[in-house]
Amino acid sequence: MTRHIRHSAYFCVMLLLALLANAARIQLLDAGSYNDNHANRRSQIARYHQPRGDIVVGGSPVTGSRDSGEQLRYERTYTDGPLYAPVTGFASQVYGTTLLEHVKDGVLSGTDPALKPFPVMNNLTGARSRGGDVVTTLDAAAQRAAYEGLDGRKGAVAAIEPATGRVLALVSSPSYDPGALSGNAAATARSWARLNADPDKPMLNRAVRQTYPPGSTFKVVTAAAALDAGVVTDLDAPTDSPDPYPLPGTRTTLMNEGEGCGDAPLREAFEWSCNTVFAKLGVDVGVRRMAATARAFGFNDTRQRIPFAVAPSTFDTSMDRAQLALSSIGQYNTRATPLQMAMVAAAVANHGQVRSPYLVERTTTNEGATVATAGSRPARAAMRPETAERMKELMEDVVTEGTGTNAAIPGAIVGGKTGTAQHGLGNAGVPYAWFVSWAQNEDERQPKVAVAVVVEDGSARRGDITGGGVAAPIARSVMEAVLNSKD
Amino acid sequence: MGFGPLHRHDRDAAALVLTRADAPARAVAPLRRRGVELALLAIAVLLSVYGYCDVGLARNGTVPPGAAGYGAGLGALALLAHCAVRLRAPHADPLLLPIGVLLNGLGLVLIYRLDLETPHDLAAPTQLVWSTVGVTLFTVIVLLLRDHRVLQRYAYVCVVAALALLLLPILFPAVNGARIWIRIAGFSIQPGEFAKVLLAVFFAAYLAANRNALAYTGRHLWRLRRIQLPTGRAFGPVLAIWLLSVGVLVLERDLGTSLLFFGLFVVLLYVATGRTGWIAVGLLLAAVGAVAVGWLEPHVHGRVQDWLHPFASIQAGRGPNQIAQSLFAFAAGGVLGTGLGLGHAILIGFATKSDFILATAGEELGLAGLSAIFLLYGLLVDRGYRAALALRDPFGRLLAVGLASILALQVFVIAGGVTGLIPLTGMAMPFLAQGGSSVVTNWAIVALLIRLSDSARSQYGGEAVPS
Repeated sequence: MTRHIRHSAYFCVMLLLALLANAARIQLLDAGSYNDNHANRRSQIARYHQPRGDIVVGGSPVTGSRDSGEQLRYERTYTDGPLYAPVTGFASQVYGTTLLEHVKDGVLSGTDPALKPFPVMNNLTGARSRGGDVVTTLDAAAQRAAYEGLDGRKGAVAAIEPATGRVLALVSSPSYDPGALSGNAAATARSWARLNADPDKPMLNRAVRQTYPPGSTFKVVTAAAALDAGVVTDLDAPTDSPDPYPLPGTRTTLMNEGEGCGDAPLREAFEWSCNTVFAKLGVDVGVRRMAATARAFGFNDTRQRIPFAVAPSTFDTSMDRAQLALSSIGQYNTRATPLQMAMVAAAVANHGQVRSPYLVERTTTNEGATVATAGSRPARAAMRPETAERMKELMEDVVTEGTGTNAAIPGAIVGGKTGTAQHGLGNAGVPYAWFVSWAQNEDERQPKVAVAVVVEDGSARRGDITGGGVAAPIARSVMEAVLNSKD
Repeated sequence: MGFGPLHRHDRDAAALVLTRADAPARAVAPLRRRGVELALLAIAVLLSVYGYCDVGLARNGTVPPGAAGYGAGLGALALLAHCAVRLRAPHADPLLLPIGVLLNGLGLVLIYRLDLETPHDLAAPTQLVWSTVGVTLFTVIVLLLRDHRVLQRYAYVCVVAALALLLLPILFPAVNGARIWIRIAGFSIQPGEFAKVLLAVFFAAYLAANRNALAYTGRHLWRLRRIQLPTGRAFGPVLAIWLLSVGVLVLERDLGTSLLFFGLFVVLLYVATGRTGWIAVGLLLAAVGAVAVGWLEPHVHGRVQDWLHPFASIQAGRGPNQIAQSLFAFAAGGVLGTGLGLGHAILIGFATKSDFILATAGEELGLAGLSAIFLLYGLLVDRGYRAALALRDPFGRLLAVGLASILALQVFVIAGGVTGLIPLTGMAMPFLAQGGSSVVTNWAIVALLIRLSDSARSQYGGEAVPS
């Protein structure tokens, strides 16, 4: 009997070993896949167990966290939701994250390994760092000026610092309160449904995710290309361009809004936005060089991040000459985000150099220690420095005596370009009003701000939709805000 | 109880007993080890109180107000049991009681910890009451049962009582798909738990009396000498037990208990007769029964499907089921665990405090804590087997093996179930899980093991000199 007692004891030992081995399998070998299973709520609970880090504008946070007392404990709050929504995005317990909340989620939620002072130790204990902060480059006053300037009309504003590429303002209108999507209550689902059904698309970030035909503001690019290519050497020499201009290879002719564009020199043509002159200049420059210049300004860049993705602005690279003529005045397939057009103005203001725009100055730990800084971005030449100086001259003239006088600021040098972009089937849509500009204090050496404004439906009366009338005043108030800020 | 004519196997066994008996007779006899037991009990109580305080500190930053009372209560129970052992079973194995107290204390901590998640449904106070009842029963058994061989006389009383207890819940409404509970005066009682001990007593007595008849008759299978099929006459009782198990399963939908009964009987049959043929027959019958029931009974069939495909419900978009949630809990624990009070095993939902209590232990104490718990059970079973090896009378040996096997099988069936090793069958983790009947039964098992080990260890020092 003893032998068989021993046998059954060995059997029990086998059962014990099986249990231990299986426990090791679940808790060691396969633990990762179980922990990562999307149906495992633990990562969600841990994620919302601590307050989320903040997004900081001008030294003060524009976000916060609310203790809901539920299983998913902390919900995101926004001090000024609609104002900063195109920058922050939302951080929802149900619908995920977008924009900065998405791109910088690791820092904000505390999972970024860089937040840990002793990574190995923390990995062993599995402790999660407290959420770090994301310090933005935004200028609070400029942001507010842009938001209030648009005043709920459909449109967008992007402003950047030409010398660095820091994004100073990024506004999309109409906007929404991302705080309404934070929680997981029934009201959140209703907000989500309502925002998605809204025909005005308040969750669309028009400043970086929507492209518009840039219209006449694109003439900055065309003029720069013409000057760089040597097609125009004297700003005041006649350009040998007919008015109206027959589109090459077609029977269609291109008209101007105003008079006196025939053979107009570049300075006048730019000042009064002559379509005929720039269409011909574009054709004279040729599609290859036009496309190269546009690309140097940032068009056709599918990989731009600020750090969230920016919709690529487009300039067609294979066209016939009639299409090139239209493209050169910012129509046909030419499309640009407001941020791209701000980059165009910034390139002129920064000696022809384009600095990649960026929105995050640095990320810090919860205690404020720097985790990562933006660092200096590489510059890319969009035009020769001499060309940039002449383009500044042209743009200044637009503000001092041309179509952009609404943007003039006393005590400051301002350069700009208006635009009125046709769109829709047979150009039947209400035209978009554009204004791109830069501004510089008279006592300073270089421009402090470049801005692009687009207003989709500035007025019910079609005649009033001009960049100068609707968009320029918004650009002016944004530029004033930046020029008046202390640093 | 005399030994029958020595068979080849038994001659070996007897020789083994004699050689073993020589060594401990000199070393162990004078040592009672009651001081060791007391020290281990103090550690067990302190560990439990520490766990209780840890939960409070982790959740609220303060020591829970009931900590002193909890420690005093558990300490008093441990002391009561210890005094009974010191008085009436002075030679008993010193590890049995401390392991029982530690597991019971840890169970109370885990249930208290889960109560924090369900403030409307507190289980810890009731469990403490049942633990008191259990330790009281332990004390009564140790005090009153002076010699385990007395139980042999009541073998048939035991089996009748066991069958009555098993059949009783059929008269009561099913709870959660299983007819294994009866409700009296607000308390849920699971009579099947008590039946385990009674059946172990009956099996041990029956097999001790009939083991020779079962061992030495029968036909050889295909002229193979080692595999010998039992005769029809000896086969009868086995078949009866098998039918009983299946009956329990079908009538009460309690797969775990039927598995346990059958496993217990096969183990005891093998130990009593030494016939590998019994194992073959047992496994065959178990396989036939399991497959048949697995196909025919939707309740059981579902369990098998959940075991094979724990994440099927997730893929089907219905969210994780209990098994998946249990696996998530264990995985979340990792090596060191989240710490008491900081896990989320409550996500399992239903039966978190009872069948799935081990998931909380796994998540909050980690692989380290879970392994420690498994080893504690292993030690408890080991001590039972040691008593069986040291005892001289077949009934005592079989009873010790039976009681130890109940613990081993039960731990394996439920722990294997919640960790996805085998299909899940509803069963209580001994001492840890919420459930009064289970705690009381486990204390009865430990009391009987104390009595058996006392007999085993005292026989060399006392008058029962090995012959």
